[in-house]
Amino acid sequence: MFRSKILRLATVAVVMAAAVTFIGCKKHQADPFPASGAIADWQKTSDTRTFAAKDLWQYIDGDAEQYVSAGVVSTSTSDYKFQNQLEATVDVHTMGDAAGARKIMETGTSDAKPVQLGDAGVQYAQSVIFRKGPYLVRIVAYESTPGTPQALLALAHGVEAKL
Amino acid sequence: MKSRREFIKTTATGALLLGSSAAADKLGFAVMLDNQHAASSKSRVVVARDTDLHGQDGQLDEKRVLALLDRAIATYTGHDKPVEAWKRIVPMDKVIGLKVNGLGGKGISTHAALVMAVCERLQQAGVKAGNILVWDRNARDLQACGLTVSTDPNRIRVYGSDVAGFETEPAAFGLAVNVKLAKILTRECDMVLNLPILKDHEMAGVTFAMKNMYGVVQHPNELHAAGCNPGVADLNCIPVVRHKVRFTIGDAMTSVYDGGPGFHPERLWQPSALIVGEDRVALDQTAWQMIERKRAEVGMPTLEGAGRPPRYIATAADAAHGLGVNDPKHIHLLEV
Repeated sequence: MFRSKILRLATVAVVMAAAVTFIGCKKHQADPFPASGAIADWQKTSDTRTFAAKDLWQYIDGDAEQYVSAGVVSTSTSDYKFQNQLEATVDVHTMGDAAGARKIMETGTSDAKPVQLGDAGVQYAQSVIFRKGPYLVRIVAYESTPGTPQALLALAHGVEAKL
Repeated sequence: MKSRREFIKTTATGALLLGSSAAADKLGFAVMLDNQHAASSKSRVVVARDTDLHGQDGQLDEKRVLALLDRAIATYTGHDKPVEAWKRIVPMDKVIGLKVNGLGGKGISTHAALVMAVCERLQQAGVKAGNILVWDRNARDLQACGLTVSTDPNRIRVYGSDVAGFETEPAAFGLAVNVKLAKILTRECDMVLNLPILKDHEMAGVTFAMKNMYGVVQHPNELHAAGCNPGVADLNCIPVVRHKVRFTIGDAMTSVYDGGPGFHPERLWQPSALIVGEDRVALDQTAWQMIERKRAEVGMPTLEGAGRPPRYIATAADAAHGLGVNDPKHIHLLEV
């Protein structure tokens, strides 16, 4: 009787621990990529790929080390298309902390136009970069049209809302 | 820098050493080009430019790319007829690999228009379609170049090491120990034409001819220490890399002068050029100077000032490596 009570309590403890871990993981792995149509005229055109820090070189060999030294945990990437024409890639780097995101963002963006996004954001004609907590987001378009900056900004706000 | 007339005179003298083209074919590619070198103590590098290469929409004009390639090859070989010129460069009955670079993703990868132009001339010169193998690390890199994977043996083949795999036995030279080489290089290609794209590089300073060989090993990230020096030089000294990769047609039509090797559109620039030659060190030295000139033009510090000079270039030229020359006095540069 006493034995089975202990067994039941242990089972409950294990289930609770698993639930806490699951919820924690789920929060950490929140999908920051807007689905097709969630942002007007933007379609998600690829599956999301995620690279752990040790494998980041497979995605951005040569660039990976600066992210690793700033404490990147993982990087996720997905492709998008605007109005079925303008192609773009969204990279979401999950850093160990906000300082890591700040460190990357401060590298080489002094000539960019500041924009209201997350904790800090900047924009160029074909790209938007912003950070929010431990996340660093970079969105790049492969073509420059008069509508590119506005379209990128809309997508960036969509990503920000999911972080 | 020499005039085009003077340059062609030198290369023509080199060609004469060979006797008939039939004899040259028997000798094979390496001998053809080495004999040409014997005529000049300097390493030849051609930089061919076309300022109208990109249309108003920023897209490359494919016909102009072909014409630019012809001009570069004609200047290098001294043969104005493209088909004859290509016959001096490649053996007809061998498998010719074209090592492209799609690492930076769409926007900063070897352009498909250049790959197509080279393939067109190779076939016109007599290389069978099935003997042309366009390759890189994987399908994604090839797609970034605008290419479609194909393993059909009767057509131009396009696939990566994700299909062909790597050797299980490591190759070594100096620091580049334990690198497992792509089977496409070791087993499938008899000769490789190197088609890198010119880029700034966060660690190495510059990536062009020699650095493109990082795409022939399974774990290139293991060669990144100390600004890829001596990793780049050592890797190029591995015999199969040194001997099979003999000619570079470098894509400097679009480039990034900072923030590379990834695609940073805010640092994009269009040199609208091809850089052609055999001496991989002289090619990289020339490419490095192009990036430095652009950085100076936009008010950026030199790569030395940015803390990442491409030291591997001098290493590649040292006596231990002997891959080529980096002293401008020994580079025979012709800009056309």
